[in-house]
Amino acid sequence: MIVTRGLRKEFTVRRRVGRFRREKRVVAAVDGVDLTVERGEMVGYIGPNGAGKSTTLKLLTGILHPSGGHVRVCGMEPVPHRVRLARRIGVVFGQRSALWWDLPLRESFDLLRHIHRVPAVDHAARLTTCRELLDLDDFLDTPVRQLSLGQRMRGELTAALLHGPEVLFLDEPTIGLDVVSKQAVRAFLADLGARGDTTLVLTTHDLADIERLCRRLVVIDHGRVVHDGSLEALHARYGSRRRVVVDLDEPVDGGPEVSGASIESVEAEGRRVTYALRDATAGQVVARLAQLGSLRDVSVVEPDIEEVVARLYTSPEPTAP
Amino acid sequence: MAPRTFLALAGAGFRRWSTYRQATIAAAFTNTVFGFLRTYVLLAAAAGAGGVAAGYDGPMLVAFVWLGQGLIGVVMLFGDSDLASRVRTGEVTADLLRPVDPLWSYLAADLGRAAHAMLTRFGLPVLTGAIVFDMFAPRHAGSYPLFAASVLAAVVVSFSFRYLTNLSAFWLLDHRGVANAWLLGSTLLSGLVFPIRFLPDWAQLTLWLATPFPAMAQAPLDVFVEYGGVSGQLLAIGNQLMWAAAGLALCRLAQRRALRRLVIQGG
Repeated sequence: MIVTRGLRKEFTVRRRVGRFRREKRVVAAVDGVDLTVERGEMVGYIGPNGAGKSTTLKLLTGILHPSGGHVRVCGMEPVPHRVRLARRIGVVFGQRSALWWDLPLRESFDLLRHIHRVPAVDHAARLTTCRELLDLDDFLDTPVRQLSLGQRMRGELTAALLHGPEVLFLDEPTIGLDVVSKQAVRAFLADLGARGDTTLVLTTHDLADIERLCRRLVVIDHGRVVHDGSLEALHARYGSRRRVVVDLDEPVDGGPEVSGASIESVEAEGRRVTYALRDATAGQVVARLAQLGSLRDVSVVEPDIEEVVARLYTSPEPTAP
Repeated sequence: MAPRTFLALAGAGFRRWSTYRQATIAAAFTNTVFGFLRTYVLLAAAAGAGGVAAGYDGPMLVAFVWLGQGLIGVVMLFGDSDLASRVRTGEVTADLLRPVDPLWSYLAADLGRAAHAMLTRFGLPVLTGAIVFDMFAPRHAGSYPLFAASVLAAVVVSFSFRYLTNLSAFWLLDHRGVANAWLLGSTLLSGLVFPIRFLPDWAQLTLWLATPFPAMAQAPLDVFVEYGGVSGQLLAIGNQLMWAAAGLALCRLAQRRALRRLVIQGG
């Protein structure tokens, strides 16, 4: 559905170097991205600010001309076929609006039906689904300029889906949303992904979006892909481990040793011990500790994706995937 | 673009402007007030020239002023900055993600806007002028449809050159300098402030043939006051059609180049 090979986008940046002189510098915002996304996949595309995420999306949607490389979306080269491609993709840029500012949401949707030339029956069916799943009815007749950010974002998602796109590009769709709105958007996208007929590419800084929605994670930094694989593969690559936190009835000096797990910290005067799992499972650790004495409480902590990604972002140079 | 899509976008342009009722009323009122000032100045000029100035008598000048005041909002002579501000903020992305050419969708929306202005901003000044002054009324019924056609052509000419000035934002980001230059031409040289037939022949010829300004105001006003008879009317509309075609062709060319060098501002 999406194929890029050596995709590049360069910008010229001018900098003052004297009273009258300016220096020109070429910066590669996207620097040789290779990506293949199959139909129905849900891909999280993440990276630090300025990594090239949004630029990649603009290249994939035909808004920007690539400086080099090869790109195909729905079998088409995006720039020369931008108008045709626009009928087959949906795009939500969280910080931009595809709606008509002065018109009620309902009229924006109707206008999009004409623009995309969608049969009235199909339009009505899709709108009904979105109204139910995204709870639009309370503000369908409100002008877009009067909507809250959460309401507008639900409107943007609907606008991107009313023509039945094969690929949905989402650029930070949950930015600035409150917890309830984020949950509504995520649940909607999860439902969309579960149906399997829409390919979804999501860029975000909110890693909970990725954990909830995407099995595949592509990390970009300095315009290059530095990881392409599952979340688990990312954890494995960076040595992330699950942890078992146990509360003991009696304090144990230094914490009881358990094979296959290492003690990460001992707190509460020896009563709370945190183990990082190596070869052992959480069950094996708990069983071993139960043999040694009475356990008051046990919790299993999943590896923290934010920590791993932060480590990835702060690497001085991008590493090969 | 399919005709139904074009009509839907024009309808949206109409409804968009209909949401700002108070601003519309205020603008029509302002246009009316300035109509009085302009009428007295031009009638004084005609009186100084012995009652007829450059072929316009008093009632013709009254019609010239009040219809001109009514057309300010319709033709949008003072310019706009919709597209330029969308380029500056990066909102233009949304325009490019729709399966329609931005030029035609903006034109459709502008025709909707003009239709709204024709209903709300044209009537008050024209009616005021007709009640308070002795205003010229066309002698031939055919002048009315010709005037309607000429106004439509004026809107298209104005749109195409406003769109061009807005496109400059792709290169300049801030298009205010270009917009101010446009404002100077669209007010002083279009016939809005005074009929350009007051100028020497060489200046008139230059303005008609080398600039689109007379096609936006002078032409429809001359068509209404039947300046130069039917041949004069047809000549004026012909000039407008030439500028409309040239303007839209220039827009297409400039848009193609602008999109080629597009940088979306702000991530």
